Amino acid sequence: DPFEKVDVVMVMCKSHLGNVQATRYVLWCRDAGFTDIISTVEFNYSGDLLATGDKGGRVVIFQREQESKNRPLSRGEYNVYSTFQSHEPEFDYLKSLEIEEKINKIRWLPQQNAAHFLLSTNDKTIKLWKISERDKRAEGYNLKDEDGRLRDPFRITSLRVPVLMPMDLMVEASPRRIFANAHTYHINSISVNSDHETYLSADDLRINLWHLEITDRSFNIVDIKPANMEELTEVITAAECHPHQCNVFVYSSSKGTIRLCDMRAAALCDRHSKFFEEPEDPSSRSFFSEIISSISDVKFSHSGRYMMTRDYLSVKVWDLNMENRPVETYQVHEYLRSKLCSLYENDCIFDKFECCWNGSDSAIMTGSYNNFFRMFDRNTRRDITLEASRENSKPRAILKPRKVCTGGKRKKDEISVDSLDFNKKILHTAWHPKENVIAVAATNNLYIFQDKIN
Amino acid sequence: MHLVVVVAVMCFPCSSCVFVTFRLLPLWLAGHRDRSRPAMFSKGTKRKFSDGEDEMPDDGLAGAKVASSAYSLQRQSLLDMSLIKLQLCHMLVEPNLCRSVLIANTVRQIQEEMTHDGSWQVVSDSLGVEGSPSERLVATEVLCRSPSPSSTLSEQELERDTEPRLYSLVSYDDSSCREEEVVAEVIEDDNEALCSEAASNVCLSGTMSHCWEPGELRVQQNNDDICEDSRLGSGDEDVDVEEEDEDEEEEQEMSQKESKTMGQVFGTFEIKNGSSGSESALEELFSDVDASYYDLDTMLTGMQSTPKIGPYDLLDNLGPSHGPTSIGSTANCRSDLNELDHIMEIIVGS
Repeated sequence: DPFEKVDVVMVMCKSHLGNVQATRYVLWCRDAGFTDIISTVEFNYSGDLLATGDKGGRVVIFQREQESKNRPLSRGEYNVYSTFQSHEPEFDYLKSLEIEEKINKIRWLPQQNAAHFLLSTNDKTIKLWKISERDKRAEGYNLKDEDGRLRDPFRITSLRVPVLMPMDLMVEASPRRIFANAHTYHINSISVNSDHETYLSADDLRINLWHLEITDRSFNIVDIKPANMEELTEVITAAECHPHQCNVFVYSSSKGTIRLCDMRAAALCDRHSKFFEEPEDPSSRSFFSEIISSISDVKFSHSGRYMMTRDYLSVKVWDLNMENRPVETYQVHEYLRSKLCSLYENDCIFDKFECCWNGSDSAIMTGSYNNFFRMFDRNTRRDITLEASRENSKPRAILKPRKVCTGGKRKKDEISVDSLDFNKKILHTAWHPKENVIAVAATNNLYIFQDKIN
Repeated sequence: MHLVVVVAVMCFPCSSCVFVTFRLLPLWLAGHRDRSRPAMFSKGTKRKFSDGEDEMPDDGLAGAKVASSAYSLQRQSLLDMSLIKLQLCHMLVEPNLCRSVLIANTVRQIQEEMTHDGSWQVVSDSLGVEGSPSERLVATEVLCRSPSPSSTLSEQELERDTEPRLYSLVSYDDSSCREEEVVAEVIEDDNEALCSEAASNVCLSGTMSHCWEPGELRVQQNNDDICEDSRLGSGDEDVDVEEEDEDEEEEQEMSQKESKTMGQVFGTFEIKNGSSGSESALEELFSDVDASYYDLDTMLTGMQSTPKIGPYDLLDNLGPSHGPTSIGSTANCRSDLNELDHIMEIIVGS
């Protein structure tokens, strides 16, 4: 098991969240003796499974414990369910470059039978994995011994029917499809369509549409590569299929724009159906304006009526029917605006934060620096900053809301902007589709926080 | 005083190499020689302060002049930093295209504004470069080290190295014949170890490490050492580039004190138009530039046609036959040439 469960503690959250169970996992590669960075986190449709991908190309799946009389207290805890190596490092001989095995995205397919399916992708290749359980094994083969050695057919005097015997649960992951060689640039997004038959994959300049059954062909539906690469000024940063309308998808760009496309309009969706862009505030214009407007993540709401975009300093909620400005804007860490030059210098300004909705679309969550993550309640407009840290995972710990001191006198319990650790960034978070369970990836630690009502 | 920049442009996987020498623009020197400017990014360098202040009797105007020249210096260092970022020495993996595009757009913005001000036109005229001023990346400053993210901002601000180093172009070209810029340190030609700098500080892109491994590691290490030393600024004998070592310590202290203020100023950058007052000063600085040495077109066409130069031609180019860059042949030079020789052997596999 690459993931070591470190702590499962009950913490008291000093806010409207009440009792919270904090579970901390440390991702640990025993063979190599190092820890790897978690690069993606995703719940499946039911929320019973939580998949994580890491920089070493591994996928680890957690499963929620079912209610059981034997261990009542462990109900709802997540434990490691399956681990497999999804991608290996590769070498592109034409370009003399390595292809990283880091898992960029994982997306689950809706469950259709006893097995679970997910898509995982690195920079170049997408793989469809089947995760299935085996708890029975056939015994009494005619042609094989129990050891597996072949029997001499001439020695067999009678035939028997093999019977299925129970065995220890084994979870197997097998690659069912490999979708390769379709992307020249680095894949940043994959998204399963609501028809459950197709999915899209997006790289910096192109978006392809695949059928889950067909691996040797994909349709290019968006291509923004200019004829002369020196004229390139804008790239695709994220893309997602609409949750209900299988002909609609959106993609965001490095210039802070979102384009919604309808695949019924044309085979090549270079012309958008809707174009979302907030006009720039001229008073806050700087050389960094474009960089901080670059959208790092786009997510449709579960209802399909809204979408949320994450740029460097804020999260914006857009109504799909209104293109000229977002309906809600939440400042994630506005105190960084005066530090943009330093953040440009140490490259932090290029960090790609993700964002997510809760099941009812009433709250949104995103990460920040210093292992802080923020949750915003859309209805009450309240927000909270929490820290995913080891201190919070100790018994009798209290999960305190954190506050960053922006200037002047620093109050007790506040942290000043200059003390923030910019190496500790929370880029990936996920929210259970139905309950108040959140998964937060802090470098190589996975924190799972969940409401505990008792 | 002339500074010579030696740039090796390599094409992969053709393994052909074009070696181009040209002169360092005084602008880049001058742009870093303002002692009064709190040097957030140009720690340890000197500046020739543009003389706006001395001429203006009126306080308000003087203030405005100082502010605008301070702004243009800040903008300059942002430009330099952006150009540095576009060249990272350690890449084994393809660079992040989004990041490159964003940085290039920032550079373009700065260039356009400088064009508007008129300061860019002066630069490109003196260079004898064809094309519009908003053309990309006429000259850049490159640092032979990869920036390591530090845990806090204040630490980051202290780690600066702004030696004007080298020039290269950026290309998003994704063709199979991928071209890499190999950068070298700025060398003064009145300094004896010119050749050694060129050879030993060839900062190889990480992609080369696959073919070059043992030798490349050595060169890298050597390179890193030198870069490390120069980053610390003053008082390092190995770094031949620096002339005014004593003054650098002053610079460092000042930069440390004022770096935070600068961070705030930079953070609230506003683009101003038509505000420059230092055009005359720039022209003065350029008056002694010999533009004939700076032929970017040669370099560009060199890159396009990728002449098949064999590995040992690289060494030939280092010889005195390559223009007036009087490369001294000291013992240092020879040993580094041998090192390069060794590397070449590994590539060729002979």
